Amino acid sequence: MIEAIVFFPLVGALIAGFFGGSIGDRYSEIITSSLLVVAAILSWIVFFQVGFGGEAGPMADPTKVEIFRWIQSGELDIRWVLRVDTLTAVMLVVVTSVSALVHIYSIGYMADDPSRSRFFAYLSLFTFAMLMLVTADNFLQMFFGWEGVGLASYLLIGFWYKKPAANAAAIKAFVVNRIGDFGFALGIFGAFLVLGHLDFDSAFRSIEAVQGTTISFLWGEWDALTVVTLLLFMGAMGKSAQFLLHTWLPDAMEGPTPVSALIHAATMVTAGVFMVARLSPMFEAAPISMTVVLYVGAVTAFFAATIGLVQNDIKRVVAYSTMSQLGYMFVALGAGAYTAGIFHLFTHAFFKALLFLGAGAVIHAMHHEQDMRKMGGISRIIPKTYLMMIIGTLALTGVGIPGTSIGFAGFFSKDAIIEAAYALGGYNGQFAYWSLVIAALFTSFYSWRLIHLTFHGKPRASQEVMAHAHESPNVMMVPLYLLAAGAILSGVVFYKVFFGDFDSIVQFFAGSLVVNEQIIDDAHHVPTLVKWSATIAMALGFVIAWYMYIRRPDAPRRLANQHAYLYRFLLNKWYFDELYDAIFVRPTMWLGRLLWKGLDDRIIDQGIVEGLGARVKDVTARVVKLQSGYIYHYAFAMLIGVAALLTWAIAAGGLLG
Amino acid sequence: MIISANILTILTFLPLLGALFVLIVPGNDELALNNMRRIALVTTAITFVFSLVMWAMFDPTSADFQFVQDYPWMGDVIGYRMGVDGVSILFIVLTAFLMPLCILSAWGSVKIRVREYMIAFLILETLMIGVFATLDLAMFYVFFEGGLIPMFLIIGVWGGKKRVQASYKFFFYTFVGSVLMLLAMMAMYWYAGTLDIRVLLKTDFPVDMQYWLWLAFFASFAVKLPMWPFHRWLPEAHVEAPTAGSVILAAILLKMGGYGFLRFSLPMFPDASLYFTNFVYVLSVAAIIITSVIALVQDDIKKLIAYSSVAHMGFVTIGIFVGNVYGVQGAIFQMLSHGIISAALFLSVGVIYDRMHTREISAYGGLVERMPKYAVVFMIFTMANIGLPGTSGFIGEFLILFGIFQINTWVAFGALLGVILSAAYALWLYRRVIFGALEKEALRAILDLDRREVAVMAPLIILTIFFGFYPAPILDATAASVDALVTQYQSVISTVVPIDAVTN
Repeated sequence: MIEAIVFFPLVGALIAGFFGGSIGDRYSEIITSSLLVVAAILSWIVFFQVGFGGEAGPMADPTKVEIFRWIQSGELDIRWVLRVDTLTAVMLVVVTSVSALVHIYSIGYMADDPSRSRFFAYLSLFTFAMLMLVTADNFLQMFFGWEGVGLASYLLIGFWYKKPAANAAAIKAFVVNRIGDFGFALGIFGAFLVLGHLDFDSAFRSIEAVQGTTISFLWGEWDALTVVTLLLFMGAMGKSAQFLLHTWLPDAMEGPTPVSALIHAATMVTAGVFMVARLSPMFEAAPISMTVVLYVGAVTAFFAATIGLVQNDIKRVVAYSTMSQLGYMFVALGAGAYTAGIFHLFTHAFFKALLFLGAGAVIHAMHHEQDMRKMGGISRIIPKTYLMMIIGTLALTGVGIPGTSIGFAGFFSKDAIIEAAYALGGYNGQFAYWSLVIAALFTSFYSWRLIHLTFHGKPRASQEVMAHAHESPNVMMVPLYLLAAGAILSGVVFYKVFFGDFDSIVQFFAGSLVVNEQIIDDAHHVPTLVKWSATIAMALGFVIAWYMYIRRPDAPRRLANQHAYLYRFLLNKWYFDELYDAIFVRPTMWLGRLLWKGLDDRIIDQGIVEGLGARVKDVTARVVKLQSGYIYHYAFAMLIGVAALLTWAIAAGGLLG
Repeated sequence: MIISANILTILTFLPLLGALFVLIVPGNDELALNNMRRIALVTTAITFVFSLVMWAMFDPTSADFQFVQDYPWMGDVIGYRMGVDGVSILFIVLTAFLMPLCILSAWGSVKIRVREYMIAFLILETLMIGVFATLDLAMFYVFFEGGLIPMFLIIGVWGGKKRVQASYKFFFYTFVGSVLMLLAMMAMYWYAGTLDIRVLLKTDFPVDMQYWLWLAFFASFAVKLPMWPFHRWLPEAHVEAPTAGSVILAAILLKMGGYGFLRFSLPMFPDASLYFTNFVYVLSVAAIIITSVIALVQDDIKKLIAYSSVAHMGFVTIGIFVGNVYGVQGAIFQMLSHGIISAALFLSVGVIYDRMHTREISAYGGLVERMPKYAVVFMIFTMANIGLPGTSGFIGEFLILFGIFQINTWVAFGALLGVILSAAYALWLYRRVIFGALEKEALRAILDLDRREVAVMAPLIILTIFFGFYPAPILDATAASVDALVTQYQSVISTVVPIDAVTN
């Protein structure tokens, strides 16, 4: 069954990719989408079998299906293996469900595009790579999926290849991810050096024995597991667009909106979270790395939320929101509440995909307009889409009643993280807790700002656009309804097994990641005010947004003018692009020209080679004067030269021998 | 069996026989030219089939030389000695595999001196296979240097505008190196009393002597590979060479340097190899970083790929001198894989060069519009060049970096920077050539790949992806010999300095 789940998308990708031209776009769409729907249904079956199969004890062995050998060299024996345990099953459900819905949605959204076969081939290829990532049984297969999704992301961001901005964004995404993968690769090498294995189970078994040992890495001796996990985490930071390696994600919005929903919200960007959860036994043994994960997550959650406050492009707001929510997940991981992180990954996939696809429906309705300043007042024109966006927003901002089981998906998972951060305690826990609470306020603000700017108030679009604004076709709306169901229900239904009580969690995850009883228990017993803090922050954000965009619509401009520097700082994304351009991109290009013209041409070529008396130039110059017809003479002379040299060699050898 | 006993002789000299046939084809009209092309194609195809037969008969569990032929020739000094082991066999297969594609790629694009062109390539094939098949040092030298002449002619006669300078620079560089190697060979003969490589492999050269021998061989191999900063001939040679010339240059001739290090430097001069290891590391990392950065700012497609080749060869030298199984196997894999990928990249450039007669990146843009098939092919090889997992380009780089990390994290760190840079320059190239809007008037009528071109590209694509997912055929074939080589190397150097034990 797992083979079908993983390889159906590949089959679809190959059919659409290589035969799309002959079978036509319509068949490409139908074939890829159907295969994905089947894969999604099978995934849910696997999910219930693995997670709720009943008797499986806490340390039940994962299912492993070996495909064939990969790399054997020395003590290295890496195979293609599909591994299924609960953690994988959760990811399978997320990936295939969202992917199937995005496939279907795209049939409507991309209806006017001339190269739909290519688009669907890429989407399916992405899904395949992502499934290889989540079913990996060793570091290297994970790396394969990791870079594979990077390739698909590159192809899809640059899908509209005529747009220079799309091309630039595609390259940026790939290269920034490569920087993360640089760390990931070093981490893999280090993992083998320290643990002696590259398959997860064997590697994890060696952890205890190597705890506290050191390795020499670059200039110093370091704690072995700390170095390895930090290097691996660098990969996670790149893929999940965490602070410092985040710059590619907003630009990735140049891709078609369904791509943003699938890759840059629900699945690929969560790969980093998945990786840390998958490797949780290693991170558990490296407390410093855990702290780093916590801080990176907390800073990202706050940082991305601040930028989201002022963006005007509807997709970028959602993108920064994604980045911020990923930060939440990392905080959970860093606090040791791995299941809470995976829980948020799970719920977030539904409501964020909903928001993105909803935004796509808005863009579709508004004649490909993405600037919210040119929207407004369309709630009555597209009421169904409006309702979907409201549901997504309620889920994202985490609306619910603390202490009860009433609430949208985000309410359960986000509050679990905030409580876990508080429960961690100490300076680190406090820092993370306050970052997340403030980020929750910001989240609520920018989410409602998005709703107000887009749907409420007076229309700011031209009359022509308004006249043509229309609800999307059913092929686009039905996926929204299904995602909305997920955004409402995924929290309340699965809370118990992800973060409810310890026994259910242990039974559900069955040893596929580390479950810390302490942190879960503490999180359940935080003070009531803490339990309410996220909800209070959320409500506050809602009120401020209402005040600024409904009650006093002139307030935002006044505020921006009063704090012009701050406003511009946020609008320009803390100037990270400019900074990186100045310290990395430009100097590298400058260095390239210097090395080329200066070192390579002038010093090595003209300086050393000629300086050493080779006189190539002289010879060349003389030869050039001759016509090339004469080249045979020279070749002949050379032949004689070699022959003479050889004769001498033989003779010399012969004489002496 | 007569074939298995003589298979190396057949493989080596069959192309020469084909050259002879091409020579005697009468006339120079279109029919005759086509016959020459066909003879060359059939000869190279048969040679390739024989190489596969050899691979099939090869016993991968043995580290010994196989299909050995040993006849006395000039006294007992130079013998006709042939034989292959896991290190050399696949280079022969690679050579034989690429040759028909080269012939095919030149089918329509080479119009002048077709007879000479085909003869040059067939002779070149004999010499290249000979390099990998011979077990006699003198014969090795003849094949190794002899290959210069047809290559020199290929660049000089069928090359671009500055072909004469380029071919002389090529010749000059490689020749200086080989003279030194020749002296070293004579010294080895005086010491060991034979030119039989099998005996030399078991000879313990005095450590003092090893340093000089190592340096002399290094001079030749470092130029050939090429290692930075002895690489300066390569960009010019590539730029000026005709497409098939570039293919052979990048895919096979460069690999002779790496093969030389593996066959001679490492096993025959182990103490010197250890002594110079850090020196090689420094040059290799410099090669990877410097040439990658230089590749970023190139405006000539072929030059960019040439610099990228130098960077990839930097990985090879690291792998070889790591001296553990991962590094050496990775180096061999990387050379074979680069043989396929660089061949494909130069053939890809050849496709658009044949149509537009320019290699300027700025002359292109938006090709995907008119050439969707070409865009796919070029994308696959761009990704393979970047070393994306799932392509053969990944396996070698991974094993090499994996091997070096166990011993020296600085080198791994530096080399991995090249992996980032390779993504930058390769995608940047792709974007400027393939993506964007098709705005240049001259490109509006450009045609996509024709059937012949697809036929040339298809096997390369298949192998690139096949070996990316299933590298076992190559790794299995090389395992025993590499293991023996590494064991011997480690045992020799471990008496000098203790090796860093793997900490676990």
